[in-house]
Amino acid sequence: MKDEVTRDDRVANLKGLGCSRKRVEDARFTQGKGNYVDDMNLPGMLTGDFVRSPYAHARITSINTDAAMALDGVIAVLTAKDLEPLGLHWMPTLAGDKQMVLADGKVLFQGQEVAFVVAKDRYIASDAVELVEVEYEELPVIVDPFASMKSDVVLREDLDPTAPGAHGPRKHHNHIFTWEVGDEDGTNAVIDDADIVAEESMYYHRTHPCPLEPCGCVASMDKVNGKLTLWGTFQAPHVVRTVASLLSGIEEHNIRVVSPDIGGGFGNKVGVYPGYVCSIVASIVTGVPVKWVEDRMENLMSTAFARDYWMTGKISATKEGKITGLHCHVTADHGAFDACADPTKFPAGFMNICTGSYDIPIAYLGVDGVYTNKAPGGVSYRCSFRVTEAVYFIERMIEVLAIEMNMDSAELRRINFIKKEQFPYNSALGWEYDSGDYHTAWDKALKAVDYEGLRKEQAERVEAFKRGETRTIMGIGLSFFTEIVGAGPVKNCDILGMGMFDSCEIRIHPTGSAIARLGTISQGQGHATTFAQILASEIGISADSITIEEGDTDTAPYGLGTYGSRSTPVAGAAAAMVGRKIRAKAQMIAAYLLEVHDDDVEFDVDRFVVKGAPERFKTMGEIAYAAYNQAIPGIEPGLEAVSYYDPPNMTYPFGAYVCVMDIDVDTGVPTIKRFYALDDCGTRINPMVIEGQIHGGLTEALAVALGQEIAYDDMGNCKTGTLMDFFLPTAWEVPNYETDHTVTPSPHHPIGAKGVGESPHVGGVPCFSNAVQDAFRPFGNRHTNMPHDHWRIWKTANDLGLHD
Amino acid sequence: MIPAAFEYHRPSDIAGALSVLAEHGDDARVLAGGHSLIPMMKLRMADVPHLIDLQDIDVLKGIKIDGGTVTIGAMVTQHEIIVSDALFAAAPIMREAALQIADPQVRYMGTIGGNVANGDPGNDMPGLMQCLDASFVLEGADGTRTTKARDFYEAAYMTERDDEEILTHIVFDATTAGYAYEKQKRKIGDYATAACAALITKDGDTVASASISMTNLSDVPVFSEAANAALVGTTCDAAAVKAAVAAALEDIDPTEDNRGPVEFKMHVAGIIIARAIERAWSRA
Ligand SMILES: Cc1cc2nc3c(=O)[nH]c(=O)nc-3n(C[C@H](O)[C@H](O)[C@H](O)COP(=O)(O)OP(=O)(O)OC[C@H]3O[C@@H](n4cnc5c(N)ncnc54)[C@H](O)[C@@H]3O)c2cc1C
Repeated sequence: MKDEVTRDDRVANLKGLGCSRKRVEDARFTQGKGNYVDDMNLPGMLTGDFVRSPYAHARITSINTDAAMALDGVIAVLTAKDLEPLGLHWMPTLAGDKQMVLADGKVLFQGQEVAFVVAKDRYIASDAVELVEVEYEELPVIVDPFASMKSDVVLREDLDPTAPGAHGPRKHHNHIFTWEVGDEDGTNAVIDDADIVAEESMYYHRTHPCPLEPCGCVASMDKVNGKLTLWGTFQAPHVVRTVASLLSGIEEHNIRVVSPDIGGGFGNKVGVYPGYVCSIVASIVTGVPVKWVEDRMENLMSTAFARDYWMTGKISATKEGKITGLHCHVTADHGAFDACADPTKFPAGFMNICTGSYDIPIAYLGVDGVYTNKAPGGVSYRCSFRVTEAVYFIERMIEVLAIEMNMDSAELRRINFIKKEQFPYNSALGWEYDSGDYHTAWDKALKAVDYEGLRKEQAERVEAFKRGETRTIMGIGLSFFTEIVGAGPVKNCDILGMGMFDSCEIRIHPTGSAIARLGTISQGQGHATTFAQILASEIGISADSITIEEGDTDTAPYGLGTYGSRSTPVAGAAAAMVGRKIRAKAQMIAAYLLEVHDDDVEFDVDRFVVKGAPERFKTMGEIAYAAYNQAIPGIEPGLEAVSYYDPPNMTYPFGAYVCVMDIDVDTGVPTIKRFYALDDCGTRINPMVIEGQIHGGLTEALAVALGQEIAYDDMGNCKTGTLMDFFLPTAWEVPNYETDHTVTPSPHHPIGAKGVGESPHVGGVPCFSNAVQDAFRPFGNRHTNMPHDHWRIWKTANDLGLHD
Repeated sequence: MIPAAFEYHRPSDIAGALSVLAEHGDDARVLAGGHSLIPMMKLRMADVPHLIDLQDIDVLKGIKIDGGTVTIGAMVTQHEIIVSDALFAAAPIMREAALQIADPQVRYMGTIGGNVANGDPGNDMPGLMQCLDASFVLEGADGTRTTKARDFYEAAYMTERDDEEILTHIVFDATTAGYAYEKQKRKIGDYATAACAALITKDGDTVASASISMTNLSDVPVFSEAANAALVGTTCDAAAVKAAVAAALEDIDPTEDNRGPVEFKMHVAGIIIARAIERAWSRA
């Protein structure tokens, strides 16, 4: 019998959309063959290292570099004075503020960069750092944003206290901006008249993305041809090139920025750090390559933190539980400089997604940004801009409202979900949600975990606890989240003026394989695997025959990079569109080869066939070959295309999570018994990659909810500068995750995909936190702040009298 | 996280190591698994111009069980302690405790000698050695002497060992007492919030002997005579456990750190001690 290749076989051979294709990058990662910045060694390369401030707030009275310069092997010690003539002692931040590259007269946070030592190797550089003598005069330290707003102490002496900042008027010398969305008077009126109002204040603590690989770069100025090459841990290499050009005056075509393999970013590698600027200057001055790679403590103490939001909410409802209004105010602690990485017009990111998955008719959000003596940052750690904060806020407010109403919070959510038929849905705070089917997802999730049964078990446990038969209580954490990802439409989203489109360029080779390049950059997301799948389905070439390249600005088309789950919604869309351009040309070539009219052929998996005569066809391989070897009238040779995609809207992935947790009230130790995660990210490109992203994001959510924190003492000393104290969960702490999904495609995305890398983090944090809080609800708990480490859980039990 | 420069020495016998120690005095330190010392050097909190690696010294290796006596070489790793069936038979508490130290990677390198000599109140072995009433064999220029684990610790990082002595062996009696090593920590790889070692023997229905010691609840490991006394002669009932816990808590003095304030640590210590006693009793 003849082995016939069926249409299904041909579809399978593509390894396109929906295929759980193994990650092509893993072969090198699992064999230690990755190529990270610190693996780079160029001839004559020097190493830089920072002298950092031990104080959180101090005036610098002198810097003496003599002893350091005298050390054999030290080439230079840069201070602000050396950078000033170049205008590089300060640099602009992504948030419209400016930041010291090297301390200019004073330091504003512990770990701030004071001087940059350049030496022959890393060891000499570290020795020299110890020899730089800096005299400080300590100033009063402010670590609390509320105290900051009342303090006479001026943190930022460089700013005119009366002049407006990048985002409008400032109320106080330590105030950065006020950002307001929605109708405050209307919201207050609704809340004042409501049957039921629940109020709560909550602190979303400061934490840190802590990628396994810290930040670093190698700068190499070639004085002969005038070209600067910068390899670095950049989540947005093209933007770095533009910024480097604007700052240095070097023309953009003479700058090449390369992001090699990146060991995780999670938002930490979006911004520009003093180390990059100093390395560039040092390479320009010395004429040889200069490497700077920070260590773990420097990463935790000085590069971009996440969260640090003090949120106060009021939510009102009818007696039946229908939510009528939401009021939210945030005091945002931005540290010493406003270095948030948000689209320019959104100083608090997309915090105005805080109405969540609920049909709330009226709402108001006000955010005040404040300076303190803490490290700058405010990046989106595994979330779109401030979306974890927003989702945590609303998912806690729902729980608090349920407590106020003595109602089951699963039911309260169900009553208030935006209904399927309301999409596209315009939220009270200005977003247009593209698609959703929340009720279906919620019902599926609750059924999967036997929610009713869990509640019964919990009630029995409470009774057993009260009878003294157990010291372990049980919590059921719920969360339903809607994200806003895929920034974003150029009409309202830009970073430093660069519109947030993204791009894909593809060249089909004569033998029918291809190389595609995108403006994004993978940091572990598996782009080389999944983008090839999108292209495979669009073009009809197997994903295995498509190389994906990103991160080299000399070869890749301009794009805004990878963060905020934007790669699939934006660059993934560009990939689909570029595929369609290829297909359009291929169709003409096929028609010519088959000697029929263009409209008489149609695409079928991996070929064009004559309509009604499927035995007459040209495969994509044949078409590619013809594109290069045959003169076709009216058609240029070659088969390549580029697409720049400006998304018409954001995408809105959503999901339903349930966590079942036991808590030992005597020790404060939580044990996760079960974690169920249903995600709807629209069209699913690679279920296995999705599953991997969910596991990773949930684990980072567990970390943040249960202990991961950047904490300071009153003197502004960072107390969590090593992995002994900064909680990174290991396999031991992580439960078995059950994953599930529904599929509600995005109506405006070319393939209906929404992005998924950050969903588990966004939905996971409130779910873990709600589980802890729910365990204590029967004993009178209303709200306690994260992180729920052992002692804070213990304290909740203690405050509720459970140790008496 | 880059250490200052140092000279690396790798003697093949104890005499060689002692002579480097004698020559460089304060400027020299021995290196065992390096999992406490090297991080301190990288943080530049320890300045060690002369590092003496002990790994080539054979007499510091191996576990011997002779009659009722267990002798463990200072360079025996925590991993070797875990996988030794003979040691498990002679003193099962060793495996239970070692499994709660750090993670497998650290345990492949970290040694029992380094763990007990370090003097870090967070190390688990010192309290365990006090519970076992172990002796430490120290060798210096003037020869060999033996000291008791229960007398060894003076303050954080301060022990009775002279700077120019090397700890060569740890010796204790095999024990089939009921045992437990109970430890609360924030995550794998963390030092104890509170930890307790307990050994209890039974005579009929009552406690014949008890040995309770605690880790990371003072600046030194704490062996609680009073807790032992509160248990001996009782049936280890709830009242006895409560009395022993109360006595043990009298002997500790925890400090606040990122794991929590003193009030929390005292409470958790009480729970951990009670659990250790109850588990040891259940195995007695
Ligand atoms: C991430 C991490 C987690 C950890 N968690 C724990 C934990 O939970 N519990 C725990 O107990 N430990 C823990 N440790 C410490 C680990 O067990 C160490 O390995 C151990 O404490 C020291 O043993 P070492 O062989 O590495 O000694 P080294 O680091 O080589 O030496 C430690 C000190 O002892 C001295 N020394 C070593 N051997 C001798 C000797 N024979 N004579 C005289 N002096 C000597 C050295 O000079 C040095 O001062 C952890 C370590 C890490 C890195």
